[in-house]
Amino acid sequence: MDTSHFFVTGDPLIYGADVAIVITSVAIVFALTYFKKWGWLWREWITTVDHKKIGIMYLIASLLMLFRGGVDALLMRAQLALPNMKFLQAEHYNEIFTTHGTIMILFMAMPMMFALFNMVVPLQIGARDVAYPFLNAVSFWLFFVGAMLFNLSFVIGGSPDAGWLSYPPLSELSHSPGVGENFYIWGIQISGIGSLATGINFLVTILKMRAPGMKLMQMPLFSWSVLASCITIIFAFPILTVTLALLFVDRFFGAHFFTMLDGGNPMMYVNLIWMWGHPEVYIVVLPAFGIYSEVVSTFAKKKIFGYKSMVFSMMIISVLSFFTWAHHFFTMGAGADVNAFFAISTMAIGIPTGVKVFNWLFTLFRGRITLSQPMLWTLAFVPCFAVGGATGVMLAVAPADYQYHNSYFLIAHFHQVLIGGVVFGYLAGIYYWWPKLFGFKLNERLGRWAFWLWNIGFYVCFMPQYALGFMGMTRRVYTYGWDMGWAPYNIVSSIGAVLMGAGFLFQVAQIVYSFKNGEKDTTGDPWNGRTLEWSIPSPPPVYNFARIPEVTSADAWWKRKQDRLAGKPEPEPAPLAPIHMPKNSGIPFIFACFWFVAGFGFVFHWVWMAVAGLVGVGVCLLVRSFQYDTDYYIPVDEIKRTEARSGRAV
Amino acid sequence: MNRRKWAGVAGLLLPLLLTGCDSRFVVLDPQGPVAQTQQKLIVISAILCAIVIIPVIALLVFIVWRYREKPGNKAPYRPDWADSKALEIVWWGIPIVIIGILGFFTARDTYALARPPVTDTKPIRIQVTSLDWKWLFQYPDQGIATVNYVHIPAGVPVYFQLTSDAPMNSFWIPQLGGQEYTMPGMAMMLWLQADKPGEYYGSGANFSGREFAHMRFRVIAEPQKDFNEWAANIKRTSPALTGAGYTELSKPGTSEEKSFGSIPEDLYDRIVNKNGGIYMHHSEHGAGFDSDVHGIPGHDGSTGGSDSGGMSGMDHSMMHGAAGAAERSD
Repeated sequence: MDTSHFFVTGDPLIYGADVAIVITSVAIVFALTYFKKWGWLWREWITTVDHKKIGIMYLIASLLMLFRGGVDALLMRAQLALPNMKFLQAEHYNEIFTTHGTIMILFMAMPMMFALFNMVVPLQIGARDVAYPFLNAVSFWLFFVGAMLFNLSFVIGGSPDAGWLSYPPLSELSHSPGVGENFYIWGIQISGIGSLATGINFLVTILKMRAPGMKLMQMPLFSWSVLASCITIIFAFPILTVTLALLFVDRFFGAHFFTMLDGGNPMMYVNLIWMWGHPEVYIVVLPAFGIYSEVVSTFAKKKIFGYKSMVFSMMIISVLSFFTWAHHFFTMGAGADVNAFFAISTMAIGIPTGVKVFNWLFTLFRGRITLSQPMLWTLAFVPCFAVGGATGVMLAVAPADYQYHNSYFLIAHFHQVLIGGVVFGYLAGIYYWWPKLFGFKLNERLGRWAFWLWNIGFYVCFMPQYALGFMGMTRRVYTYGWDMGWAPYNIVSSIGAVLMGAGFLFQVAQIVYSFKNGEKDTTGDPWNGRTLEWSIPSPPPVYNFARIPEVTSADAWWKRKQDRLAGKPEPEPAPLAPIHMPKNSGIPFIFACFWFVAGFGFVFHWVWMAVAGLVGVGVCLLVRSFQYDTDYYIPVDEIKRTEARSGRAV
Repeated sequence: MNRRKWAGVAGLLLPLLLTGCDSRFVVLDPQGPVAQTQQKLIVISAILCAIVIIPVIALLVFIVWRYREKPGNKAPYRPDWADSKALEIVWWGIPIVIIGILGFFTARDTYALARPPVTDTKPIRIQVTSLDWKWLFQYPDQGIATVNYVHIPAGVPVYFQLTSDAPMNSFWIPQLGGQEYTMPGMAMMLWLQADKPGEYYGSGANFSGREFAHMRFRVIAEPQKDFNEWAANIKRTSPALTGAGYTELSKPGTSEEKSFGSIPEDLYDRIVNKNGGIYMHHSEHGAGFDSDVHGIPGHDGSTGGSDSGGMSGMDHSMMHGAAGAAERSD
């Protein structure tokens, strides 16, 4: 390895980033030291196994990644705003669209989804934590170091530049001899282990830890969507791990799974990566569907329409998502039989999705609709996703796809479903559950600014891209000329991107402002909610529920409130008992740091370092195996004191 | 100018306004039978989707307005109304019917476009290779080659054979028809035809590395007579493409338009084979063209790896795949 290329040099943007990273790091270290917060950071956050705190850490990390991915997007739109721009070189542009895609899917959407899993699921099903709290912390830290490893490539070694799915042979040593692809492989591999573990963790949590009486068919729809998503994760992520492992074996040991010469088959990689990649988009969109269901029902003050259909359609989607992967490469020319099968299976997935939209509409029908922030995002989602879904069905028409494929039509489509479907959903969820986790609402006025900037910006940015697709503009070109008439559409699209960026800044301002001035939630139930998380104080105590609730119907909290209004006598509460809780542990963090060391070693082919990291990983596992003092009890007195502090008599 | 402006507005409202676009919307301006079929499918699918989404959006606006929370709103409020078999059957039914119709058209045209066109005209064969970062077109029957531009006779079906001697790319001439991947070690086929003489835009559509943005080519469709004259002229006046010349051409970099009056024998098949063509079974059913891929040296292990004729200047690594396979099959 030629160490003269260790630090990326020669680009003012990267020097700027270097300076920013150093200044930020120094500022953080200084602040922590000055305010004597190192111990607090270690005890309260780094070693925590509390699902709520882990959820908040996921949320912070995902917002940082949204910023990074968004800056990438703005850089691309700046380069494409006009023909023949000299803002970015080809190499730099290729790196940026690669990191934009990878970060937005794997290091933004996934952790934001896990943030919502963690913040909500145990509260919603009446549990005190997830099934495996320690593993939950391991998952978070693996994701975090994976994301850091990936982002490090920007300043050390060089970013990957073969596209967000790193198709070989472009990503093989023959065409990408640098370390960028190694960063890609190891960043994703390490965080991927965490994702798989989270999938298992929440599947078990939902199946085994629901409050007594809560039948599966009475479970809130968000928890159902998490269940569907987790099942999909468990089947899809091992494919990703194996695929990237094979690519690593090619690059590290000189094997020929996907090389051009010597019998390698790059097209096999394309198949494998999409066998994960297509389910992946349903992994991220299913929880968003769950959020819309909760929000629609709460803010229409009405039971969700067609609950059984909703559950059924989510489960169908998670199964069908495994039978559509080839629609990402109809143009590989696998033949009419294959293309016809995958075209129709892809269209078929539109059926349950369409049914869900109708059910949301008819939940609103005959309801009483309040336009609070979560509801705004949900209402904006419907037309956006309807159009995005429709263009998705158009793309599924295999012969027509030969004309859309790789064009800006495709780019516009998937941004419309990923932003309109996933991001809008997660934002709705964050606005909805924010008061539960933090104890105050996010400012309404700033939020509305953000909402309109995002929404107008979205259409200004992506509608012209459909037109560009019809004009023959292909994705991933770093420059173009005046000859094709693409210029006016591109400049409009870039303006839209800036508007969305402004929307994001408003949200940052909104969060900062609301920490001081946000409307406090003293009731624990600021939205007149329907599910169990709204029955406990905001923010919830560490043990969530002083008493585990007994559930007799869907919308359990709503029913209890209705019963109270009707004057029905409540059952005598059981006496409080000491609560069994998991102890904090530093091992997940240390374990993940060793993975980072191992990953960094593999990236630079420093075998000694990789081995040292892996030995550390093994030692952590061993130490944990012999740890017996991993839990404790919260005494009844302390529970009483905690509950009294949030104004509740027990 | 006015017309362009309107085309711009129409473009922004796509896919709802699919008609009335000017020729800058190349996908919607088909100049051959394949592109025409695809454009019809685009229109059909856009209409079918619009049938669903326009009422959905209208319904959303109506419901949110009618059932908004405001004092004195007389619209009914039924907080426990959450089930209706009849309604649910309706909206499971609507998408199923729509998808059924669209699925029928899709399957029909998927099979139709996979078949070679039925025609009295003798097709012409052109072998396309995507390189880093340029396009090589070989005309095996004329014995000539071009780089970054291609001539085709108008009104004649063109049988494009596609491969790559670089990372995968995609061969796309929007006005003549949809794209298909060019893949190392694979010989794909794509039938296209230009109905009228004209110059069309072609490009690589699948990202293939640094200078990918410059992988464009011109497609010149002209009457058969003109095409023949052009080919004869190229044959007469242009330099030969030698094995060494090909090695030089395939090195990473962009290229001007180039013409070659002769090509090394079996160059295309060798390109396919060295990248793994021998390991794969090709299902080429060209009308009147037998696939050459199976019958060439290297496949049966008899002459694999030996340089022949015009290939003498070729880089040894290029023969690596064929030679390796020959050894292994012994």
